[in-house]
Amino acid sequence: MRGATIMKNPSSSQSVLFSTAETAVSGQPEITKTPISSGVIGMLIFMVTEAMFFAGLISAYMVIRAGIEEWPPWGQPRLPVVATAFNTLVLLASGFIMSHSRTCFKKYEFALGRRWLGVSILLGTFFLVCQGYEWLQLLKFGFTLSSSVYGGLFYLLIGAHGFHVMAALAILIYLWFQMKFSENPVTPEGIFPFQILWYFVVCVWPILYVLVYLS
Amino acid sequence: MSQSATAIQTDTHAEHHEELSFLYKYILPVDHKMIAMQYMFTGLIMAVIGGFFSYVFRMQLAFPGESVPLYGIVGPGEYNMMVTNHGTIMIFWVAMPVLIAAFGNYLIPLMCGCDDMVFPRLNRLSYQIFLVSALVLIFSFFVKGGGFGGAWTAYPPLSTVPEYNLTDWGASLWILAVALEFVSFLLGGINFVTTAMNARAPGMKMMDIPIVVWFLVIAVILFMASVGPLIAGAVMLFMDQRIGTTFFLPSGGGDPLLWEHLFWFFGHPEVYVVLLPTMGIVAEIITVFSRKKLFGYRTILYTAFATGGLSFVVWAHHQFVAGIDPRMANVFVVTTLLISIPIAEMLFSYIATLYGGSIEFKTPMLWALSFLFAFLIGGVTGIYLGASALDVYFHDSYFVLAHFHYTFFPITIIGMFAAITYWFPKMFGRMMNETLSKIHFWGTFIPFNCIFLPLFFLGLAGQHRRIYNFSHYPDLATENLQDVRVFATTSLVIMLLFQGIFLYNFFYSMFKGEKAPDNPWKANTLEWTVPSPPQHGNFKKLPTVYRGAYEYSVPGRESDYWPQNMPPDKN
Repeated sequence: MRGATIMKNPSSSQSVLFSTAETAVSGQPEITKTPISSGVIGMLIFMVTEAMFFAGLISAYMVIRAGIEEWPPWGQPRLPVVATAFNTLVLLASGFIMSHSRTCFKKYEFALGRRWLGVSILLGTFFLVCQGYEWLQLLKFGFTLSSSVYGGLFYLLIGAHGFHVMAALAILIYLWFQMKFSENPVTPEGIFPFQILWYFVVCVWPILYVLVYLS
Repeated sequence: MSQSATAIQTDTHAEHHEELSFLYKYILPVDHKMIAMQYMFTGLIMAVIGGFFSYVFRMQLAFPGESVPLYGIVGPGEYNMMVTNHGTIMIFWVAMPVLIAAFGNYLIPLMCGCDDMVFPRLNRLSYQIFLVSALVLIFSFFVKGGGFGGAWTAYPPLSTVPEYNLTDWGASLWILAVALEFVSFLLGGINFVTTAMNARAPGMKMMDIPIVVWFLVIAVILFMASVGPLIAGAVMLFMDQRIGTTFFLPSGGGDPLLWEHLFWFFGHPEVYVVLLPTMGIVAEIITVFSRKKLFGYRTILYTAFATGGLSFVVWAHHQFVAGIDPRMANVFVVTTLLISIPIAEMLFSYIATLYGGSIEFKTPMLWALSFLFAFLIGGVTGIYLGASALDVYFHDSYFVLAHFHYTFFPITIIGMFAAITYWFPKMFGRMMNETLSKIHFWGTFIPFNCIFLPLFFLGLAGQHRRIYNFSHYPDLATENLQDVRVFATTSLVIMLLFQGIFLYNFFYSMFKGEKAPDNPWKANTLEWTVPSPPQHGNFKKLPTVYRGAYEYSVPGRESDYWPQNMPPDKN
């Protein structure tokens, strides 16, 4: 999949995606260009599914919550709002730095871009470790998946996001090492789809934070 | 590399295709045609299993308590398991793999004029996950308690509590199999859309794309956009079953209606996900065998967009009696009735294509026409069910059952046979026997109507779905109703016997049939410009496209078809 994205994008002003032929019997054929690389299109379609997946989880959260009078239910621990707010900032910073590394790649400053990519990965890992630590604390308080539907929803939503962070980090770390040490390194265009995945993971988090922690 | 988007750079190149070993040619292929074959044969095997289940439970309904030939006595649990898995298999393991995965894989690269899918290894992975999902489903029939028996919609709490459904592991494995199957189609779907967008032949503009490719792409986008909530729901259901959460259990603060919403938010677009590929296949066949330009290419395309959009806002018409707010039901009545407009427009365009054409009644055309007829009945009866006032009475009766079999049978079975008989020469390089194909057609189509038309009347008489033995219900155990059940079951057995002719014809023609020319039906689309069967890498020289796919009987031309890749100055 990575390999297929190694291609130069012809920067054409005329987008074939949206071009139409007025007559079915057209005259001279044009050369089909690909304004968006295949890897990016594939990732964007995947993001549609992912967005709908999280929309499903969020609507489940809201529906179940609407049916319960006291929220969070009695006897359940309160979530660490401030520590997670800091963690949220870390994740957002990671997202911005990822976008900065993309800018560097676009300017053909590969070493710099790779360095910023590494910083972004480190911040993402910090976020994940903090989340794991928070989970350990919550589990100590007896807050588990089956302790209440509140606990179930918390671990479901935050866990689903955590899985995505973990998977995205695993891919990015692999790509970072591949880029640094391989003789045939992946190009920035090959990394870009997974940077999009990271943007997605970063963008979903504030919604979940507001929904689960703040209300 | 003129077409940089295709797979040619990364994977097995067309130049050294002869070196492929048996393992890489048939077991682990990256060639889209071989993956399509894998999907098709897996789907056909699953169809045999699903068909066998329908035979067993129909026999039980017609002759309750008696030993069924080839099976034995059917217990209530086995009956539930077969009804559930018949539905699941036919939709997720027959309709989806054969119509979308097999024909999508086969047709999209060939019709778009490229050498393979954009992500061939993702494609291979997609089939492998699909195979695992099918094996998990089959395995679930043999665990303790048997396969899942809580109906294919898996409503909680029946599906979550083992004490209720009595199939503790069967239920969990069922969910696992369905989830794996979705992952497989996600990977396939990414491939389809990207290939159709980025790897088209030079000159193929948006409005030159054959309708079937368009419809496959729209279907895949619908699938991708609707499956997310169901995956979320499946995860929650699985956790309810195995980890002890209570998302769908009212006793623990959960909401059972939530599952129905998550399920049907996917479930209704799913109907159009499987409908659109068949609609596209029928469009191709009708134009070729009418020798006429497709009537209203753009109209058909835009109605498909409209159908896709509307299909996301009709889901609650499955839940009119489930306890949803009646005001909400009103909204869904309106959207449900609205969605019949674009579909009807599409059917009218097809009929208008037939008007004035020089129609040839070859077998694919018979299947296509029978699709129009049968789907029309399915659509019209759907209007009754879409109105909540009537649905309150019809809900979960055999009227509903007959209605959706009049939609799904044409979509899945008729669409599959239409596509197989039409593209068989291209796929295997040989012609099917026309006489046997026609016998098979009539032997399938007439019994099909004899099975399901009577069920409408059984439903109107008040016969409820998912009942193991009607002799326990004095009102439904009358002799005249039982006669109707016996008639429907007999028709089913006749129809299943006629499938033997198809299987014989299929396998005999595959090896011994008459050699097929490159373009036996004189069609315009690009897949007919390559040898039958196409070699690895499809095209010797990647084609250039000059016109739309439906230039038949163009005035002033000698031949009545005009292949898409024929330069305008040649005749």
